[in-house]
Amino acid sequence: MTATVAAELVAVAARVPASGWDLLTEPWQYGFMQRALLVTVVASVVAALLSCWLVLIGWSLMGDAVSHAVLPGVVLAYLVGAPFAVGAFLFGAGAVAVIGWVRATSRVKEDAAIGVVFTTVFAFGVVLVSVTPSQVDLSHILFGNVLGVSDADVWQVVVLGALAIAALVLGRRDITLYAFDKVHAHVIGLPVRRIGMLLLGLLAVSVVVALQAVGVVLAVAMLITPGATASLLTDRIWRMLWVAPAVAAACAVVGVWASYVLDVASAGLVVVCQGLAFGVAYVVARVRGRRSSRSGSSRRPAPGSAAPRAEDRPRDLPAEDRAGGPEQGVQAAPGG
Amino acid sequence: MTAALRITGLTVRYGDVLALDGVDLAVEPGEACGLVGVNGSGKSTLFKAAVGLVRPVAGTVEVLGGPGDRARKSGLVAYVPQADDLDRDFPVSVEDVVLTGRYHLMGPLRRPAARDRAVVAQALARVGLADLAGRQVGRLSGGQRQRVLLARALAQEARLLLLDEPFTGVDAGSEAAVTAVLRDLVADGCSLVVSTHDLSMLPALCARSVLLHRRVLAHGPTAEVITPENLARTFGLDQAGAS
Repeated sequence: MTATVAAELVAVAARVPASGWDLLTEPWQYGFMQRALLVTVVASVVAALLSCWLVLIGWSLMGDAVSHAVLPGVVLAYLVGAPFAVGAFLFGAGAVAVIGWVRATSRVKEDAAIGVVFTTVFAFGVVLVSVTPSQVDLSHILFGNVLGVSDADVWQVVVLGALAIAALVLGRRDITLYAFDKVHAHVIGLPVRRIGMLLLGLLAVSVVVALQAVGVVLAVAMLITPGATASLLTDRIWRMLWVAPAVAAACAVVGVWASYVLDVASAGLVVVCQGLAFGVAYVVARVRGRRSSRSGSSRRPAPGSAAPRAEDRPRDLPAEDRAGGPEQGVQAAPGG
Repeated sequence: MTAALRITGLTVRYGDVLALDGVDLAVEPGEACGLVGVNGSGKSTLFKAAVGLVRPVAGTVEVLGGPGDRARKSGLVAYVPQADDLDRDFPVSVEDVVLTGRYHLMGPLRRPAARDRAVVAQALARVGLADLAGRQVGRLSGGQRQRVLLARALAQEARLLLLDEPFTGVDAGSEAAVTAVLRDLVADGCSLVVSTHDLSMLPALCARSVLLHRRVLAHGPTAEVITPENLARTFGLDQAGAS
């Protein structure tokens, strides 16, 4: 990945031979650019780590939900002069709790519960913005204002980001087991509910951090794309946890730098870089897949070869036990 | 002697649906018990209740002479799911999966000690997968993945194993390997509950069986439980339930 980045840098620098080196270094002379870079890199790394598990558990939509649901929290925090992280965290975590509660206590399915709750909370935020005095700039919240972050914002992002990274790295094995096999985790006495809560809490924290860098709308990209990219490049979670943050950090550097040079929105460019990195990873994975299928040796079994047989029914228990339809019978009765 | 698993008067409801109705079951140490029933008969519910994943309306579950959560904390119970229940694209190696069998014995960071790795290697050798330890779990056949999950229970050093349809979708070689390991476990004094709707494996593995259809329809020596009359009764109930 770094090779790609380097190649890109060289290509851009080559276009302006006279001031090539200046072009590379000039942006970083400004304090606002240094702060923007620091905030974007920290936010990218936190979100990228988390994204590895989110894409494996199938919680991408949950990232979308939390990132949108923080909007009213941010507005209210501005209004009362509290740190915006507090408001964002309260509303992000609150939305997760309401989603879980609606799903568990009604017949509404999870994606619908997520959709209803986060759009409602987000809409409430939009209403709040419309009635607040003009110091709250909606577009800054929605699309980020990383070039305008204050020193206090930077501190907030760095401290929260460091805590989240530490928690994710130290808890990686438990979180991975949670993502892979919750039942086994429960059976050997691990606190499964607590691990789930920790993960959702860290999701809220990473949204709060990403908010500063890329805003509410694009935060979800940082919570999905790096994990998806890493999952294309390696089939070991432990390697994904290196690849995803490295790719995301590289995209942050390139995106912030290029946004200065090209004079375009930095948040948008950072996320576009992540999308391009995903595209590259996709092509690499396809080419690699084709090559290994030609050599044939250690390939995974073809889809269908070990597929569930006809007599396997969905084993999600409540559904199974509720099913009253014609059931598979007991087979091969000896002496019958 | 304390039973490995003692279930008394277990009743479980999902909303309006009665999944289990007053089920009694006792499994002694060193005993393998077959749990026979059609799909939807409550076999999986029984397992879930045994490991505390569903809360019964009535009845008690006792594991190795104590409450279930105490046995779970000390890793004495293992649940072996069907291989197809787990995401086969999940990016972990065979060794990673089997190591999770020992997480409760490790520190809070779950960093494996030399002994953990040794036990895992032993478990993998027992199920005949020693040379595949480094492979991603999806790059195995269904039967091999089933053996990985059995190896995880071995690495856990559990005394009570609950096996959910361990022979479904499993090739003959894996079936023989799994059966041999399970017989050894029983000889070592471990207890098994083996749920199945495939009866061909049952007599060779389980001396005793329970025929379940929300209630216990029959229990006793496997040969006496799996009679044409009993099975017809189960079928009949199933048809009645379907109409």
